[in-house]
Formats: sequence, C-alpha cells, structure tokens
Amino acid sequence: MPNDDGNWIMPGKDYASSRFSGLTEITPANVKGLGLAFTFATGTTKGFEAPPLVVDGTMYVITPFPNYLYALDLTQDGAPAKWVFKPKPAAAAQGVACCDVVNRGAVYSDGKIFFNTLDGNTIAVDAKSGKQVWRTTLANIQKGETITMAPLVADGKVLVGNSGGEMGVRGWIAALDAGRGKLAWKAYNTGPDKDVLIGPDFKPYYAGEKGKDLGVKTWPPDAWKIGGATVWGWISYDPELKLIYYGTSNPGPWNPEQRPGDNKWATGVFARDISSGKARWFYQSTSHDLYDHDDINESILVDYPVGKERIPALLRPGRNGFFYVMDRRNGRVIAATPYGFINAAKGVDLKSGRLIPVPEKEPKSGRVVRNICPAAPGMKDWNPAAFNPLTGLVYIPHLNLCMDEGVMEANYIAGTPYVGAEVKMYAGPGGNRGVFTAWDPVQRKPRWEIKEDLPLFSPALTTAGGLVFYGTMDGWFKAVDARDGKLLWRFKAGSGIIGQPISYRGPDGRQYVAVVAGVGGWAGAIVSGNLDPRDPTAALGMVNAVKDLPNKTTAGGMLYVFRLPG
Amino acid sequence: MYSGSRVSLLLGAALILAVGACDREERQSRSKPLAENVPAGQSPDTVYPGGAPVPPLDPRAAAYERNANALSQGQQLYMQMNCVGCHFHGGGGMGPALMDDEWRYGGRIDQIAASIAEGRPNGMPAWRDKLTSDQIWQIAAYVRSMSGQAPKDAVSSRADEVSNTEPMTQTKRETVRSADAAQR
Repeated sequence: MPNDDGNWIMPGKDYASSRFSGLTEITPANVKGLGLAFTFATGTTKGFEAPPLVVDGTMYVITPFPNYLYALDLTQDGAPAKWVFKPKPAAAAQGVACCDVVNRGAVYSDGKIFFNTLDGNTIAVDAKSGKQVWRTTLANIQKGETITMAPLVADGKVLVGNSGGEMGVRGWIAALDAGRGKLAWKAYNTGPDKDVLIGPDFKPYYAGEKGKDLGVKTWPPDAWKIGGATVWGWISYDPELKLIYYGTSNPGPWNPEQRPGDNKWATGVFARDISSGKARWFYQSTSHDLYDHDDINESILVDYPVGKERIPALLRPGRNGFFYVMDRRNGRVIAATPYGFINAAKGVDLKSGRLIPVPEKEPKSGRVVRNICPAAPGMKDWNPAAFNPLTGLVYIPHLNLCMDEGVMEANYIAGTPYVGAEVKMYAGPGGNRGVFTAWDPVQRKPRWEIKEDLPLFSPALTTAGGLVFYGTMDGWFKAVDARDGKLLWRFKAGSGIIGQPISYRGPDGRQYVAVVAGVGGWAGAIVSGNLDPRDPTAALGMVNAVKDLPNKTTAGGMLYVFRLPG
Repeated sequence: MYSGSRVSLLLGAALILAVGACDREERQSRSKPLAENVPAGQSPDTVYPGGAPVPPLDPRAAAYERNANALSQGQQLYMQMNCVGCHFHGGGGMGPALMDDEWRYGGRIDQIAASIAEGRPNGMPAWRDKLTSDQIWQIAAYVRSMSGQAPKDAVSSRADEVSNTEPMTQTKRETVRSADAAQR
C-alpha cells in the first residue's frame, strides 16, 4: 500500500520523518472555518503522545498504559469503533516508567499494526480483525526497562529500542522479523564492539569515535553495564543507503562524577545497516553528558545544498541546543547552530565534532550550580519538528527552560531510579517557557518565532496547504501560517496537548486534521500524576517550572478530528 | 517567705519540665525490644463487611514516629534506597506525592510500612528482602513527616539534599482522616 497523503501510516509520516502532509484543501485563507468532525474518548487520563494513524478508511489510536489499540471506522458517520485490542501489560511497569506511562505511537505495514507496550512487548495485530498476530517480549521491567517509543517498520523488520535511561538500564535497539516477530538482530549502545555490532564496516567521521571497544573504555569499570544510552525516541530510514538513523539517550546516572570518560555510545547518533544491524557510523553530539541531554530527537532526512551539489543530509534539532546539519552518508557535521539560549556550551568544534562545554556550569557534588541553560529536557525534548519542502523550513516546537542542579552519589538498585541529581527548573531568559521556531536550515537562523508561555511538548505538523499545526499544554490547538507564523485558527481542547497532530484524506475525499489531547509526560505529570507543586524537585525538577499547570488544564485523553464546513 | 518562694521556684521548674516533657520524643532505652516484623496484612481498607472493627494502630508506631533518630535514619534511607528517585521530596514523580493528604493505600504508619514491605501493584516495589523491619519503620516514619505528621521537635531542621526544599520543621501538617486510613 502506498504511503500517500490520504493515509498516515507511521508517526513521522514517512521514513524521512518529515511530518509533512501534501494535502492542500485547508489553507491559510479558509482555515478559520475549521470545525469538529467527530471526537472519541480514549478512556485514559495519562500523557497522550501518540498520533492517530489512518489506513484506507480506518483510524487506529494507541493509548498510553494500558496501551489499548482502537480501530475507528471512518466510513461511518461519527467514526464508531470497530474493535479494541487490549494487550494487558503488567501493572508494575508503571513504576519503572520515568516520565509518565506514555506511548509514542503505532505503525501500519503490510496488513498489520505494530506497537510496543509499556511492559516491554512488541505486538503485531491484524489491521482488519484486531486479532494478535504475534507478541515478542524484548524488555525486562525487573531491570527498569520499559518501551515507550514507536517502532519503525522497514525492509521487513520492526525496529524497537528500550527506555529506562533514568533506571540504570543498558540501552539497545533490536530488529524483529515483521512476519513472525523473531529477533533478527540486537545491538547494544554500550559495551564491547561485538555487542554494539561494530565491525569492519564501522567508519565514523571523527577521530574521537575511532578505537576498539570504546563502549567499555570510555566508562569506569563495569559502569557501561548500567550506563543508559537507550533508544526511546525516533528512527528514520534511508531506503537507498539502507541505513537507519537513531539517537541514543543520556548516560546513567545523571551525576557525571560517577562516570568519567566520554561514555560511548550515549548521547549521539548511530547509522546502522538495516538488514544486519551493523554500525556504519556514529557521532557523539554530547560527550560525557552533564545534564541529561539525550540525543534521541528525530532525524529529518533531506537533500541539502553544499556548494553546487545537494547531499543526503540529516537535520537534527538537538537537545543540547544546537541545530545539526549532518552528512548522513558518513556522519560529518556540516553545521551546528544554537536555536535558542545556551550558556552551558560555547559551541561545537567542527574539526573534532566535539561540543565545547562551559566549565563553571559543570555539576559537582557539594555545590548547586545555578542557571544552566538549556535545562535537563534540553532545548527540545522528544516532540518532533516538521519539515515543509515548499517553504524549506523546519518547524520546531521547543523549550526555554534553565535549571539549578546539585549532584550526589546514586546507588544502583535494579529496578529503581539511578539518577543522583537534584534539579529545579524554571523559565529561561524572557520568561516564556516554550518557543515555536521556524528554522531555516540553509541560512542557519530562525525565519520567525512564536513565544509560548508554557513549555511546548506538542509535536508539529505542516501541510502543502501552507499551514503549521501544534498544541499547547493548556489545551489550545493552533494553526499558523507556514510563511510568517501568523495565528490563523485555534481550538480549546479539554486537556493539554502533547500529542502528534496528523492530516489525512477521509473516505469522502476531504482533508481532515486530527490530534489527541491528553496532558502528561514529563512536563505534564504534575497534572496526570497529581504531583504536589510545593516540592520544586518533583518529577526530576520539572514540577517547579510548571507549578501553574494544574490551574490551567486537567487530565484527559480525547481525540479531536477537524474539517472544513460543508 | 524564703521557703515559700523556694517551693514556687521548684513548682515552676517542675511545670517547665512537665510542659517540656509533653513534646519530647519518647526514648525507651531499656524497654523490651519490639518484634522484628512489619505488620503484614495491615490493610489499607476501611470497609470491613459484617462490621468488624478497623484494626488498632500498631503499638510500635509512636516509638518510630516521635523519635528523632528514627526519623533521621529514615531520611537517609529514603535517599539511599532511591525512594527519592520516584517520590522526590514528597512531591512525587514516577510514584505518587507523599506530602499531600491523599493516601492510596492508607496513611497510617503501619499501613505505610506495609506498603514499603509488600510493594503495591501499580509499580511500588516490595522492599521486604532489601531492608530490615526496623529500617522499613524508619522510612515509614520519615514518609509521614513529609505531610507534617511527626512532631516538629523530632524532625530534622535541615534537608539532607542539595537543592531548595524547605526544612521539615516548616512542613504544613496535612489532615489525615480519622483512623488515619484515609484513602481515595
């Protein structure tokens, strides 16, 4: 089945993770008339980060824990449910999920819906009948592993990675055979080369990534076994190079004094061969991460002008605050430009590829380091940007948060948090906690920006009609002009929005826009987890930055679908 | 005159002692040792079909809850055993907040001790095999102090952690409903 603009079969829309819809019915001129077509209550009240999928007249919705999968019949008035699949994940998994019990999406391929459960299973369900085709257990909650990411399905493989960078797990990515769910390969992101699937094909661009068993040698003895480097974000795929691209999470624990060294292969990008899993290159954007600056953010694949030619490139709005343009054939950094306020790093040395930290911002035990920008969730967290090839802009929903941090020795106890840091976050310069930036990757500067009061944890959607959609944590779903960022339409949802908006063509031939409202996740846990705002350190220090959120929204889990009147 | 003032002085001193004694923590240095077990089966429920009475508070409660040493040991263990990683300094995160007036599994110290020992089904691990009963009671006492249940002269006057939480002596006392078995 072609991945045309009528359907939306994977969270990133396509293997390039563009989040771009080619539909043109809804435009800046008529978006004012956008109204509700139907709604659907998912029956959950935890952070809703997943997008709906649309496949030939059926919409699929995967919920946060307990990970219900609904099929809604778009050919019927009001889109009634056809079936619901309940995978019944272990309740105990909720106790090892660092940042709410979220799920970032399902994927459709070849008649099946693939998704992960919080308790570490990958499941294939028949898209028509809603019956389970296979189920494979990959993660172990006893060790603190969960799975929250959306799988990527390509070349007959289902790619899945673990979560648990705050629990002292060892990060990995696995490929399952899409037909039967059997393990094809599994690559760890720490440890000896044979576990990381590093062999003769591994040709990183920078000298710092070259050498034997760096996944062992850049850690204190045995620390790599509990060193994080998980895969809870996004995977992109280049069908021509047959390479997958994904980022690795923070090293554990957060306390950097417990893990002297570069901590490979945490906080960087891997390119791997999809059929064998063998590593082709790696680039560590943040060596010896000091601040939980995971590098799991999306990689947007584009052709990028360098001199007179166009090269296959990766665009990465990084958590450390730099917007990276990279050559995706070899991992060379073409540009790394700040896209917000940074005081924890001076820049990126393009010769060595290394981030240049600011020494006085380095956390040390026995003191509290104040005003570190960007804070632990970075300049941008997991919520992906969208790329519109018609404007050439990357639309980045991101953060403007700084933090105070103190560190202390973390004890490793399997299945419990392994962090060793006390954090307190607050708004960065200007006082606004969120920013929506239209970034010009060629000019390497913002074209326009929208300041948002609350932190932005909603992904972006952009359309050929010339629009950009995103949501806010107090429940506004907005449409802005892709050219200048002018607010053209907005709708107040019943809960804050951190879900991924999509656009599709309905069975009636009309363009629809859909999003699920359901506040939660790391930033919204104060609402979905009923946390107490009097403790500034709660939820890893995030609560201090969003103390006002419980007055502005309530928990929910409601799908909203919009279209033009008539 | 002389003897009279002496008597009143003595009386006054006795009064001061008595007033002071009211708020002092109780330390029984030569009491019988307490049984080394956590009250298993201390249900968080308040409904007993057939009208059976709510079980009385475990007699060990006061020995831990009003004891500065137990509270400070509990505070240290709370950090060392990574309770802080889920519940932080009472505000919650992966686990629920502990400084408010809501108790899923009962807010009585024996109920909290039971939750720590046995674990709870939505993610609270069971600590029975990792900690002694004494340690579990100490943590339970510290947890109660987060919502201001412990006497102010028994709690620590400064936080152990490096950040900006208020000292325990400033903690507001939350209402824990009758029988301390409030649950919502």
